[in-house]
Amino acid sequence: MSRGDLLEIARGVARAARDGEQIEAYVVRTRDTDVEVFGGEVESLTTASVEGVGIRVIAGGRQGLAWAGSLAADVIDETLKEARDNAGFGEPDEWYGLASLADVNGAAPPALDLWREELVSVSTEEKVRIALDLERATKAADTRIRNVESASYGDAFAEAALANSLGVEAHSRRTTCSASAVALADDGSSTQSGYGFVAGRTLSDLDLDSIPRDAATRACRLLGAKPVPGRRIPVILDPLVTRSVLGVLSSAFNGESMLKGRSLFAGRAGQVIGAPFLQLIDDPTDERALGASQFDGDGVPTRRNALIVDGVMQGFLHNVYTGRRSGAGTTASATRGISSTPGVGVRALRLEPGTKSPEEILRSAGEALFVQSVSGLHSGTNPISGDFSVGAEGLMVRDGAFAEPVREITVASTLQRMLLDITEVGSDLTFLPGAVAGLTLLVGEMTMSGA
Amino acid sequence: MTVPIIERDVLQATLDHALDSGGDFAEVFVEDRRSSSGRFDDGRVEELVSGRDRGAGLRVVRGDTTGFAHTADLSRTGLLHAAEAAAGAARGGGGGTRTVALGAPSAHPIDGDVVLPENVEKRRKVELLARADAAARATGSAVTSVTASYADARRRILVANSDGLLADDDRVRTRLSVHCVATGDTGMQTAHEAPGRTMGFELFDDFTPEDVARRAAQRALTLLEAVPAPSGRLPVVLKRGAGGVLFHEACGHGLEADHIFKDASVFKGQMGRPVASPLVTLVDDGGYAHEWGTLAIDDEGHPARRNVLIEDGVLTDYMWDVVRARNEGRAPSGNGRRESYRHLPMPRMTNTFVLEGATEPDDIIGSVDFGIYCVQLGGGQVDPATGDFVFGVTEAYLIEKGEITRPIRAAQLIGNGPDVLRMVDAVGNDFETWTGMCGKQGQSVPVSSGQPTVLVREMTVGGTAA
Repeated sequence: MSRGDLLEIARGVARAARDGEQIEAYVVRTRDTDVEVFGGEVESLTTASVEGVGIRVIAGGRQGLAWAGSLAADVIDETLKEARDNAGFGEPDEWYGLASLADVNGAAPPALDLWREELVSVSTEEKVRIALDLERATKAADTRIRNVESASYGDAFAEAALANSLGVEAHSRRTTCSASAVALADDGSSTQSGYGFVAGRTLSDLDLDSIPRDAATRACRLLGAKPVPGRRIPVILDPLVTRSVLGVLSSAFNGESMLKGRSLFAGRAGQVIGAPFLQLIDDPTDERALGASQFDGDGVPTRRNALIVDGVMQGFLHNVYTGRRSGAGTTASATRGISSTPGVGVRALRLEPGTKSPEEILRSAGEALFVQSVSGLHSGTNPISGDFSVGAEGLMVRDGAFAEPVREITVASTLQRMLLDITEVGSDLTFLPGAVAGLTLLVGEMTMSGA
Repeated sequence: MTVPIIERDVLQATLDHALDSGGDFAEVFVEDRRSSSGRFDDGRVEELVSGRDRGAGLRVVRGDTTGFAHTADLSRTGLLHAAEAAAGAARGGGGGTRTVALGAPSAHPIDGDVVLPENVEKRRKVELLARADAAARATGSAVTSVTASYADARRRILVANSDGLLADDDRVRTRLSVHCVATGDTGMQTAHEAPGRTMGFELFDDFTPEDVARRAAQRALTLLEAVPAPSGRLPVVLKRGAGGVLFHEACGHGLEADHIFKDASVFKGQMGRPVASPLVTLVDDGGYAHEWGTLAIDDEGHPARRNVLIEDGVLTDYMWDVVRARNEGRAPSGNGRRESYRHLPMPRMTNTFVLEGATEPDDIIGSVDFGIYCVQLGGGQVDPATGDFVFGVTEAYLIEKGEITRPIRAAQLIGNGPDVLRMVDAVGNDFETWTGMCGKQGQSVPVSSGQPTVLVREMTVGGTAA
């Protein structure tokens, strides 16, 4: 379903700009395959190709956007017309404007190779075989596995281009693939589910053997879990949980939230907000991160941005708009899809890893709660007030080892308190799908509520 | 609205082609969706956005395997290509060609009294937002930030399948959301209100932007006065409308046939047995007028219905899509839904309600010595395999000696779906619904939930009070 070069399409739209008008076109095309298996059979096999365009028009200080899930020439024309019309109804803002060559400031995009040609030649049969093998291996991983609720393989070939009437252009493409399984463990009186997944840019990045192991371990070790009495207790966060917490925290560094009076850390730049050894970085130029990218959503080359250095808040992330309005300049942190104007966000957020392995952290924690997974993160945490209260399941830790499993409990604190209360950062930095990497974290004290 | 008319003979040829090399079932799903939205933030209209998305999803089922392909190209060639891709994906079963005979079309045009958003001037949509902003700010000087957004979508679908089914539907949904931040000595508190209905611009006759905004603002102001929530196992009263989402998450998902089929639901094997307090009757009603989850037909072309899932505490049915219903040799229940033509359908809820009981809501509150009264819940999450759930509470109060007293800050409710169903000790004679988006396996669809005031004997409340 090739309709020519994406950058050419974007340029064609940008060239239509009239006097006093700025136009930006963001064009995407993705090819996906997704295999789901169940009970030794392919449950579904999906092959798809998606394309679309988002057109932003700024005229008279007003902004409008229109998008369409098609790159047909007549659809693009109609979309441009709609975007122009919409621009008439926004209110003027002196800081609106597309990225200019001054915003790029001569910066070259980081040299990142995010495309793996070999993934293109993997046959559908091979993809089906991976998923079927995964289901079989997960079922066999432990005698207590009653059922494999799902096993899947997916990959995507994505390409995006941006061009604007101020001469800024960007083009990038990437491959990604992932596999996962969900195991249901049963000990006769209770059921627990656990999942394993891996992701990378090509098949050889995927440690497929870890999936059945992780899914079975995570399900089986929670069998027999019960609520425990509430108290204040040290809490060890699994890397996947750390990832989720950092994801929520990231919006407090969002320049748009700050400008609109909705950031926890407004006015805190230069102040201590975390433990003195804490380093928080968003680095989309790090090829290991699956969110790595050469350009941001405004078309500006990405860069490494330090958010916390030695516990001290460094500043906020900005796109072109928030960078101008705040005077801080863009940090190349615009994020977007075709259906929205650029927002601000992280792409490759991580804590600088410490020196202790997860096992060493377990041994150093005394009596603690190990949190394997959390639920209700988005309803229970508030990046504006900092309130943090989530449902949790995991295991008690005693004498440096896992003890009884627990469920139906909550752990609570505030995001502000948690950053200050971190006592250990694990050495196990794990790059995960999405925009945030995980590692094991020890928080000195949180409130656990239970039975 | 220009609608992609796909000729009957093209649909027929596409289905025939899909079954050229064998297969038990083939389906064409065509969708044309237009949407518009606007956002007011920081005291001004930021921008209007319009969107257009159309295409077709082709499905071929052979044995237990479903092949699926989709395309944005609605020409005869585009559809035939997609049919081939879907058939190829389902490859492996027996051969033999079939000819499909499409039956009489069943059309569900839009109601005449719907005010189509596409016929409403954009200026009027923008005005709504400014009115909401002004009303929220006027509610109290501590309201420091207001975001209002407007969204409408008109979705036309067409379904044809190898059983001869041919049906279409045309739906409009409209929604207004207002988020407020209030700032006080205790820091910042946030609140929101977001009514939506399957109707057009006439939504704002029932829900004026001023009323919606004032409710959100008042909630944020109330939270400034809130005390930390208690922790532990406590009686919980869910105000009418507030708790439907809990029943949706904690019970509804476990009653979707795909979870049953995969032995991943606590409700498997419970048909005909008591699974809830006899006070509980749970229905899923896709035909309930104008609700956010209302449909004429589901995304597999079957008419929306009122399905009784739990009657007087006894499990009476699950929710079915075509594939799982075929496996069981029964009729689908009108619950086959998908986010868009790019997605495969699966059993999903529509409008899920706990039906009214006999008790006065005041008597329910009066019966509680110490507990919490939930007025609004945020999002929630459930593991259907275990029934364990968690919910954020976004507006709640302490009940002390039968009286509602102080507001409490953010807390989580955690529990187990089947346990909560059994611990429903009172059901009120009132009723209200709630608007939401339901996510499942990466697909988001509009749903509503609803319930009378309900007393749950005890649930774990995870607050931050020492």
